[in-house]
Amino acid sequence: MASYQNLLTQVQVRGPVEMGVPLPPGNDTRIGVPFFSKLMGILGNAQIGPIYLGGLGVLSLFCGFIAFEIIGLNMAAQVNWSPIQFVRQLPWLALSPPGPEYGLQILPPLAQGGWWLIAGFFLTVSVVLWAVRTYVRAKALGLGTHVAWAFAAAIWLYLVLGFIRPLLMGSWSEAVPFGIFPHLDWVGTFSLRYGNLFYNPFHCLSIAFLYGSTLLFAMHGATILAVSRYGGERELEQITDRGTASERAALFWRWTMGFNGTMESVHRWAWWFAVLTPLTGGIGILITGTVVDDWHAWAVAHHYAFSL
Amino acid sequence: MALLSFERKYRVRGGTLIGGDLFDFWVGPFYVGFFGVTTLIFSVLGTALIIYGAGLGDTWNPWRISIDPPDVSLGLALAPLRAGGLWQAVTVCALGAFSSWGLREVEIARKLGIGIHVPVAFGFAILAYFTLEVVRPVLMGAWGYAFPYGIFSHLEWVSSTGYRYLNFHYNPAHMIAVSFFFTTTFALALHGSLILSAANPGKGETMKTPEHEDTFFRDIIGYSVGTLGIHRLGLFLALTAVVFSAICIVISGPVWSQGWPEWWNWWRNLPIWA
Repeated sequence: MASYQNLLTQVQVRGPVEMGVPLPPGNDTRIGVPFFSKLMGILGNAQIGPIYLGGLGVLSLFCGFIAFEIIGLNMAAQVNWSPIQFVRQLPWLALSPPGPEYGLQILPPLAQGGWWLIAGFFLTVSVVLWAVRTYVRAKALGLGTHVAWAFAAAIWLYLVLGFIRPLLMGSWSEAVPFGIFPHLDWVGTFSLRYGNLFYNPFHCLSIAFLYGSTLLFAMHGATILAVSRYGGERELEQITDRGTASERAALFWRWTMGFNGTMESVHRWAWWFAVLTPLTGGIGILITGTVVDDWHAWAVAHHYAFSL
Repeated sequence: MALLSFERKYRVRGGTLIGGDLFDFWVGPFYVGFFGVTTLIFSVLGTALIIYGAGLGDTWNPWRISIDPPDVSLGLALAPLRAGGLWQAVTVCALGAFSSWGLREVEIARKLGIGIHVPVAFGFAILAYFTLEVVRPVLMGAWGYAFPYGIFSHLEWVSSTGYRYLNFHYNPAHMIAVSFFFTTTFALALHGSLILSAANPGKGETMKTPEHEDTFFRDIIGYSVGTLGIHRLGLFLALTAVVFSAICIVISGPVWSQGWPEWWNWWRNLPIWA
């Protein structure tokens, strides 16, 4: 009959705050006074803070702030510094890369794309420093560096779009503008210009991994919640000492589809699906315009599209 | 081969929703049950109809085989088999198979004494499919607005349906759906990474604990959602992506039939600044 289904935390227990496992010598100290948020406690842990900022974190946030400011101030200048018009037109405003006439010039005039290059530089430094930070923090705690490498896959796609492909094409103008609708326009135009990106096999792969990741997280999240009454969310313990939660989770999928992962292997599936999304996507973008000019024509030549 | 070392003690009677003990057995690793039988019937029939439809078509190229819905001119009528009727039958089979599969998952969950989160989540996916293939075509008055069954033909449908509204990226529900797909994938990468990094800490290190997981995320962003919370968050992100996907297509046509870029004029023309 009706049985309890774990969705949200019903009763929140408050103990002393956790300050985290000790850091090795030579590290900075964690900052901030941790506090509890009842709202957050409904979904997951209630504790907020502390945080370890360190030199890398401060530098990364600083560079990110510079990029954010350059983009925002350029947009504000475009509406004559009117705060009202800034809000009104924000979704349409852009900080665009230099025009094709500037090629790969290191610093075109600021108003003609120079600011775009500077903002892109600071944003790149910011995300790379943040990735390094995930590596260093993992090492400091004696963890593996899987987060940093997954982050690197995302940075690969970002660099292909804004740096590597423009280099190969010989022009910054190939890169994506900063801005809400403008970057969507770029995506739409890019697809039209190269004969419909849906015929790009790497685009197909990337989307399959994107949807696959969403499917996997729904399957995995739902499975763990379903076996949480047996302590299934304690995944690390279940990996080394398989309990009835793991057994029931595995059998659910074995009986459903004839195949099951394990408490550890499902996270390998997860990691690869998520990481392959930007990895294949980046390949798809990189070869568009550099190797293949018209994906529809390419698909016709390879017998998976009809000629128009 | 079929049984895992611990599996035998879990293979017990009961938990079925319908049919009692009649189909309460396994074939190899697969649980059958009443809904296993209906899944089999619907999926075999549907697949056979697709193969038959491919035979009627002009290609056996697997990338190009396509079972098309009826022409828009036929409205919501039952179409002749060769003019979209096959597509209608396949759609019925697909919905029957998907629903049966979901109900079979409920029976398996009951048998194992676990929650029914997986079949409920699967229900969201079925709902999105139902929205694309039934709700929107019915609201627009013709089966011809549904997508065809074919690998590249369904992509061509996505493409042309997108351009019918000039630039689908401007569809606000599409924006939210895409954001949730990206966020789900991002969160999945983080969760998979965190578990693997704690379980595989590298040479000379001992395996780590949930305290290390929480500490790592608090060190990085000042908050760790926790071992239970991440699975709630992941499920929520994934299902929200699906829900907004369904919304973004069902409003395209029935609610808004012009270009999506124009939809945003309301924002530009708000009385507070226009």
